[in-house]
Amino acid sequence: MAQITRLATAPPPATSLWVSGVSWAWLGVVPFLVFALMFLIIPTSLLVVGGFQDSQGHFTLRNLSDLLQPTILSSYLISIKISAASAIGGALVGFALAYVAIAGGLPSWVRSPLMTFSGVASNFAGVPLAFAFLATLGRTGLATALLIRVFGFNIYNAGFNLLSFWGLTITYMYFQIPLMVLIMAPAIDGLKREWREASANLGASAWEFWRYIALPILWPPLLGATLLLFANAFGAVATAYALTGSSLNIVTLVLYAQIRGDVLHNQNLGYALALGMILITGLSNAAYIWLRGRSERWLR
Amino acid sequence: MNRGRLGSWIIILLGVMYFFVPLLSTFEFSLRYLRGVYSLEAYRIVLADPRFGATVTYSALLAFATILVGIFLVVPTAYWVQLRLPGLRPVVEFITLLPLVIPAIVLVFGYLRIYNSSSILPLTGAERTTDLLLIFSYVTLALPYMYRAVDNGLRAIDVRTLTEAAQSLGAGWPTILLGVILPNVRVAVLSGAFLTFAIVIGEFTMASLLNRPAFGPYLQNIGANRAYEPAALAIISFAITWACMGLIQVFGRGAQGPAAGAH
Amino acid sequence: MTFLEIENLQKRFAHTTAVEHVQLEVSRGEFVSFLGPSGCGKTTTLRIIAGFESPSSGAIRLDGVDITHRPPNRRNVGMVFQSYALFPNMTVAENVGFGLKVAKKPAAVIRHTVEEMLNLIKLPTLGSRYPYQLSGGQQQRVALARALAIQPQVLLLDEPLSALDAKIRVSLRNEIRSIQRELGITTIYVTHDQEEALSLSDRIVVMSEGRVEQIGTPFEIYNFPRTSFVASFVGTLNILRGQVADPARGKILVDGQEVMASRGLEHARVGDGCSIALRPEVVSIGEAAEDGNRMQGTVEDVNFLGSIVRIRIRFKDNAISLDTFNNPRLSLPQRGQALTVSFPREAVLALEAPSST
Repeated sequence: MAQITRLATAPPPATSLWVSGVSWAWLGVVPFLVFALMFLIIPTSLLVVGGFQDSQGHFTLRNLSDLLQPTILSSYLISIKISAASAIGGALVGFALAYVAIAGGLPSWVRSPLMTFSGVASNFAGVPLAFAFLATLGRTGLATALLIRVFGFNIYNAGFNLLSFWGLTITYMYFQIPLMVLIMAPAIDGLKREWREASANLGASAWEFWRYIALPILWPPLLGATLLLFANAFGAVATAYALTGSSLNIVTLVLYAQIRGDVLHNQNLGYALALGMILITGLSNAAYIWLRGRSERWLR
Repeated sequence: MNRGRLGSWIIILLGVMYFFVPLLSTFEFSLRYLRGVYSLEAYRIVLADPRFGATVTYSALLAFATILVGIFLVVPTAYWVQLRLPGLRPVVEFITLLPLVIPAIVLVFGYLRIYNSSSILPLTGAERTTDLLLIFSYVTLALPYMYRAVDNGLRAIDVRTLTEAAQSLGAGWPTILLGVILPNVRVAVLSGAFLTFAIVIGEFTMASLLNRPAFGPYLQNIGANRAYEPAALAIISFAITWACMGLIQVFGRGAQGPAAGAH
Repeated sequence: MTFLEIENLQKRFAHTTAVEHVQLEVSRGEFVSFLGPSGCGKTTTLRIIAGFESPSSGAIRLDGVDITHRPPNRRNVGMVFQSYALFPNMTVAENVGFGLKVAKKPAAVIRHTVEEMLNLIKLPTLGSRYPYQLSGGQQQRVALARALAIQPQVLLLDEPLSALDAKIRVSLRNEIRSIQRELGITTIYVTHDQEEALSLSDRIVVMSEGRVEQIGTPFEIYNFPRTSFVASFVGTLNILRGQVADPARGKILVDGQEVMASRGLEHARVGDGCSIALRPEVVSIGEAAEDGNRMQGTVEDVNFLGSIVRIRIRFKDNAISLDTFNNPRLSLPQRGQALTVSFPREAVLALEAPSST
């Protein structure tokens, strides 16, 4: 009995969490927090604050109003348009692909390669992507040549140009579509097969199923994902630079030029440009997160 | 159901075409260096270019450094947040979201403002310190994916029980972290590492603005001046990305890697 | 009068035959259960009736009309799913009224029918709730109401109670049966729970590996199982292994003791190994009636289960369990005690081949 009592009262040897007054746990996360401060929070805050300052450091709203200059405003508009176009296009095609592979009655071996490829393709952006599309739809590209040879149809004569709004949009869609597939796959998984069957059992056609059940359930994640795609395209630099040089006046390229050589002749205007970008991408992401929260209840 | 299935196949086929035609075109284009005949001449030229080797090596080294720093930052943090500091979780998760929200160009703009030669931490003053800054920039870019991979990996093993078992056997914290936790999240860490590698290899914006001889700016330079070599480089770059992602599939379990890297 | 006819149904997948030669005629208003283990083909058969799978061969006829190739949304059968499958974005009332809305019934009719249905399932006040706000049992009742609202000709239920707690299962299955009786609706019920099947059905179809093993009333299935599978799947069973001693008189030797069976040994030969099955409730302690069977063994285990006392008796290589009612005036047998048990000849079920238990 004494043996047992002794075992029961001796506490197990525990490594103390506190070593000479310093908590190991906090020590573990301090590097991370310091890093975040130095490379995320402070730089961003600096730009935000700088957007509201003039070259002497005084508070001003001048920079913000300068953003409304025609050239800068038009660059924002072009960025927004390209981002929206590639986001909507990417969303529609990506959703169609994801839905068809997961819930469209296709054999199960279609899904996995699609997911793997989407994982790769969503990272295949930037300079190589621009090269790829130049080789495809450029003036001497393969697809261009094929269209001429097979259909006698020269897209450049018809007004198409890869180094333009639509060219960039189509190029962007190469990573937007896979991103959409990756984001929407869990949501489509959440659309239980029994709902489709139950609705058919109760007499509904495929269209009625979509109208009354699938779309009401899916529109929050769909919209959220589209917004995410929008933010993604808005912040892109390398693809546009490699494809269009500086001929297309999008915001990221304006900022790029500004950083390289102060082309705007106003340091703080650069800050305001960055601030505008943060606002737009920040709002899009916030909306995405909110919408994702809304849909989780039904699609768990 | 059968008519629907035909429609499904058509959509898949169109998708496959959209994604493979550019790859095929690029490959075909890269073979056209010698007039009138298909050859791998462009590849030979690219691989023989000393700058190719130099920039790939540079980017690869940077990638390894990024991975190491990333692991050192992320693993303890994820561990402590799960084990002892659950209240810190929202903060940490918000931080790991920031690189996804704030575009890379904005971040590097901020770095140039703060860490330029006239500031208290003049990182851009010298080459090696600029390299350091670039590594930290890459860590920032890779942070969301690295953290998510490690966090999921930790969740899959029962961190609390493992820790308590190790403690009851007399282990101290460094032993626990290095000897017990890290080996068990090796798979998650590996998948995060491959993703980081893919991101760093192709990255353009940050390397270009910090003026470092990385692979991304080299690609852009070649593209601006040459005709067929860029296509060969694109194929090589795509192959590298594929290899990284393939290795993630082999080692990892459904790691998410959307939209990282140079855009 | 046959209302639903399943004719020679067969369903083949790539490497397996899920359903083979299923033939069944169901009368109007009848409650038929498909009973069997997972993978036996019962759910596949149900889904073929509903139209979610198409058979490789065979036909389904409903009230004389061949519906084998009709799409599922034009069959007028109501289906209740194991996972309830309530539409999460609609309230209870909207769920129940969905079939009517799709059929473009006027709003007043929909409202009235929904009210009627909610009263039927005894949840009149939950119309404006959402599925996630309901318990499992409530969700399943709503699913039932939704299926019944369209006034289907046949009601199909796919293991509707498997996902629910044991207590709710019993009360809900009785409710389902009473609603079914009240409406007089022809019902096909798929389950792997033999107690459910026995207590609810007018007839049971026992299936195994795609084939029908036996069709009969619960009484017939339990007391006169035709195959060893049916005997062992439905109810608990003691199985004894022995050798045939005298096929003409039905004599078997089990562990050296004589056992007489009343039937089932007609085709056996002397010396054949054979298995016999005994329900625990037919075995009694003590001496038997004149021409009954008697065996002597040792008490191996005594389980006091409250109203039932389950005693395990060992012979040599064989052992059986018998159930006897609790009697406070008698003392329980002790382990190791010698005991004589008896059972009538008719209760001995000779099984086809020595089953590997």
